[in-house]
Order: sequence, then C-alpha cells, then structure tokens
Amino acid sequence: MSITQIGQGSYEIQDVSVAATAAIGGPKEGQGPLGSYFDEIWPSETHKGESFEEAERALTEDTMELVVKKANISWEDIDLVMGGDLLDQLVSTNFSARRHQRPLLGLFSACAVFTQGLGLAATMLSDKGPRSVLVTAVSHHMAAERQFRFPIELGYQRTPTAAWTATAAGAVVLVAGARHPVGIEAVTFGRVVDFGSKNPNDMGSAMAPAALDTIQRHCAATATTLQDYDAVYTGDLGVIGIKLLTLLGGERGLNIDERVRDCGQSLYHLVEQDVHNGGSGPGCSASVFSGYLYRRLQVGQWHRLLFVATGALFSPTTYQQGESIPCIAHAVSLTHREPGGTTL
Amino acid sequence: MHQEDSDQAKAYQQLVKSNQPKKPIVKNVLLAFLYGGMISLVGQGIQVAFIVGGMSKEDATSPTTVVLIGLGALLTGLGWYDQLTKHGGMGATLPITGFANAMVAPAMEFRREGLVMGVGVKLFTVAGPVLVYGLSAAFVVGVVRYLVTGVA
Amino acid sequence: MTFVWAFVVGGLLCVIAQLVLDLSSLSPAHVLVLFVVIGAILGGVGLYRPLVAFAGAGATVPLPGFGYTLVEGIATAVKTKGLLGLFTGGLTAAAGGIKASVIFGLTVALIFKPKA
Repeated sequence: MSITQIGQGSYEIQDVSVAATAAIGGPKEGQGPLGSYFDEIWPSETHKGESFEEAERALTEDTMELVVKKANISWEDIDLVMGGDLLDQLVSTNFSARRHQRPLLGLFSACAVFTQGLGLAATMLSDKGPRSVLVTAVSHHMAAERQFRFPIELGYQRTPTAAWTATAAGAVVLVAGARHPVGIEAVTFGRVVDFGSKNPNDMGSAMAPAALDTIQRHCAATATTLQDYDAVYTGDLGVIGIKLLTLLGGERGLNIDERVRDCGQSLYHLVEQDVHNGGSGPGCSASVFSGYLYRRLQVGQWHRLLFVATGALFSPTTYQQGESIPCIAHAVSLTHREPGGTTL
Repeated sequence: MHQEDSDQAKAYQQLVKSNQPKKPIVKNVLLAFLYGGMISLVGQGIQVAFIVGGMSKEDATSPTTVVLIGLGALLTGLGWYDQLTKHGGMGATLPITGFANAMVAPAMEFRREGLVMGVGVKLFTVAGPVLVYGLSAAFVVGVVRYLVTGVA
Repeated sequence: MTFVWAFVVGGLLCVIAQLVLDLSSLSPAHVLVLFVVIGAILGGVGLYRPLVAFAGAGATVPLPGFGYTLVEGIATAVKTKGLLGLFTGGLTAAAGGIKASVIFGLTVALIFKPKA
C-alpha cells in the first residue's frame, strides 16, 4: 500500500480498488442511451420528497444505501463518506449525513466533485488512512434550475449552448487493497482555470481549458499519452466543450481523438431529448461513471480509463456581478486488473 | 495580469466566438410572429366581445387585460405556458399573458418557502422590475410633457 | 380589418423583441423592462396612440401597451388633478391589470404545483 507524488497535485496510487458502484436517475436519464446502466430509474422527477431539495436528498440517500448493499457490507464498515452537490451550503450531502451517521467530508467543486472525491479517497486509502470510503455526488434538475436559472414554469427559450442539469446520483465504495477488479492507479487534482468566459449558459466553453490543463498535467505526471487509454471521459463539457477541447488541444499539440468522450454528451439523446449541449451537474459524471463506465472496466472491455470531471465554480451572485467563470477539473485514471493479478 | 484578462484568454474567447452554434433566429422570429399575433388576436376577440356587450372601445381595454392575465396565470398553473414560450419565444413572453406567467411561475415554485417570503416575494421577481421601470419611465415622460406642453 | 392588424402588429412587436433577445445578451426580464419603457416613451411622444387606434389589441396586449397605458393615465389625471396626477394617473389606469395579476397570480400559485 503506497502513494507517491509524481507531480504537483498528481499521485500514483497502489492497492485501492472499487468494491461497488450504484447509480439512480430520473425519468429523462432513464430514457437516455445509458438508461439500462442505472440500477434504478425514478418514475418522476419528484418521486420522493415534498420539495425539489428533498427529492435531491432522497436521491443521494437511496443511492448510498444501494451501494452499501451492493458492496455486501454494512454502514458500520464505511470509515468515511465524501460527497458533494450543487445546492447552497451543500444541503443534500450534509443533510443526508443525518441519516447515515458516518464521518463526513462535504466537498464542493461543482460538477467536478465526483472525481475530487474519488481522488481524495484514493490518496487517503493508499496511505494507511481509512479502509473504506463511500464517494457520492448528486444533482436534481429542478432544484438546480430553481437555484441557478429560472423558475420551472417560467417560459423561456434555452440557447443551443445551454446544459441540462441531470437528475441523477452516483456512489462508489472504494476500499484499501486490490481485492476487486477495478482499481485507481493515479489521480491529478485540478488548478482553477479562467479564460474569461462569462456566459452561464455556455459552461462547456468555460470549462474546456480547465479540462485540458488537468489532462495535460495528468499525462505528464504519469508519462502517458491519451492513446495509452482505452477511453477518456470528461465531465460535462458537452458537444461544444469537446469541440473546443479538441481545437485548443490541437493548438497545444495534443491529439484529442474519438476516444475522448464526455459524460454530459453521452447521458442523453441530445436532439430527441432536447437537451442542447448535453447533461451537467455533479450527478451527471457520477452516475455515468457508476453505471456505464465502471461496467466497461469491470468486465474488462476497457483496461484503462481516464476520467476527468469538470466544474464551473460560479454562483448566481458572481454572475450577476459580471465576474467571469473560474473552472476546475480533477482527473482519476482507473485500470482493470485480472483477478489476483497486477495492474495491466 | 490575471489569467482571465491574459492574451491567452482573449485568444480563447475568439475561438469560442467563432465556434458558437448559430441560434435558429429565422425560425425564432417566425414563431414569435405567429404566437404574438395569435395572442393579440385572442385579445382583440375578447375586446370586441366587451364592446358588443355595450362598452366603449377605451373602456374595453382594461377588462380585456384582466381576462388575458387570468388566462396566462391559469395556463401557467396547468404547466402549459412554458411550452408556449419554449416554441413562441418572445411571441409568448411579450404579451400581457407572459407578464402573468412571469408573476405566477416563481410564486408557485416558492410555495414551500412560505406565504410571505416565498409566494409574496417571488410574485414580483420579474413583475417588480417591470413595474418599477414602467412607472418611473411613465413619470419622467409625464413630467417632461408637462414642462414642454403645460399639460401632461 | 382590426383583427388582421391586431395579429400583424402584435406579431411584429414580438418579432422585434425576439430579435433583441437573440442578437443581444439581454435576458427575457431585461427585454420586458426595455419594452415597457419604450412603450412609455412612444406614448409620450404621441406615436403609440395611433398604433392602438389602428391595431387595437395588437398594440395593447404586448407589454409596450402597458407602458403606453401608464402614460395615458398620467395625461388624463393631470388634466383633472394637476401635478398630483403625475403620481396617481399611471397606477389608476393600470389598476385593473396590476390587481388582476396579483389576485390571479396568488390564487394560481396557491392551487397549482410546478410540473417537470
């Protein structure tokens, strides 16, 4: 069990593996191309809870219950819970901890919080810290709309660059030791990158430079190129963000090819479901990983995945005051190991 | 220099600008015309009904507005008005029915926050600025007209 | 014939608003405020009254009509009440619409819940 700093904010991790994952989504997410990878699909956006905020909390509570069950352990075996959401004062994550009564680290880096949690958990687990950590992230479309944009029934036209906050939650139980087929091999924590974007309805453009920065730093630290991975998934760049990532990467001599995909782009049928640029929200990358991406690694269809969730760190206040949008991206690379064997 | 003001940032904003997807302006404009025209036509129908009922043309304007606001509020409550706006854009927002939508939508969503700080406050999220600047503009116009012509 | 012009003028006002929305970075709320102010100014310089005579509801139903109503109300009130009319005229003329917005708005907000 060990951890090595291989660059500023980059760590090589040994013997940390994924015991189980769980993902629950809303009806729209269930109708998307990855719908069958969710463990559970809610029949309506407000399936549980009296308010949107309560619904979001119920979503994360249910997902956490489910992942503990799937890991075949009890809550007492979880040493630490880490998680985040988009709502002010992290209410979903914090309030849901009333129920599970585990030590809690509430995290915020907007839609990048899931890889922040995976990375932080991995560094602690690989250094004789906690033995098992539950990492979770959640978002609810209507709760986010209410906080960040417009009231639900207030009519307005979405711009083509707008993202659709996903109603979804993902949760992972990470454990010390290489007991399970999917392990974390390296993490890179992101720097804040702000290239002056101010449009909250175009977060893909704002976040692409942050994603590129973290990808480049991760590759440099781990001495890999993108071509060493079977797949690279960014967080919520969407169609426009991926396009700009490709262009900006090209300018810097980085070959962003078709193996680079995006969780927000993958979660929905973009045109048929009328989500414009694609999905967003902490629950987007968390549920896409916990459902689809993890499954690909688990069955050995992929052997190596680079997972880079991205977050736009603005608030309605900073936007109204005319500030640009600082962004961050955290990277985690994962491998599939053969049972009992070593990392490929 | 801050990163967000750097040359690199400026070059990137150029890249963003040249890769912005086009808004479907022609389609938006045609639909705005159609929806705005239809709502005005409904308004005209209601007004004529009041005139037929014995009102003068001037007197019929106010009750017409009242009925349209009622319709806009009801359609918002039923969850239909946002669909009108999604397609019709400003064609559904600019008519007085859209003003009703802008009052009801936030209010119904903040029911849980209570009748005073929730519903009461949020009724004026969009309507507030419209009233503040509408009344102020009308006041200034009135004062100027009074000074210029001696009557407002 | 007023029906046709109501449709055309009402539609055209919305087209202008749509163009402002799509070609600027203003939010719908900004556009609404802008158009009420424009209605008040056009009312003040005497351009909106002929439009109302010509297109009926096509000019009164879109929000510039609200700005026009406020200005007309002030004009009427100043004639009878003098300068006090500057303060009472606008709201008097728009009283029906404003009161209806509050009453209907409150009622609907208490009865219905937002849908997905």
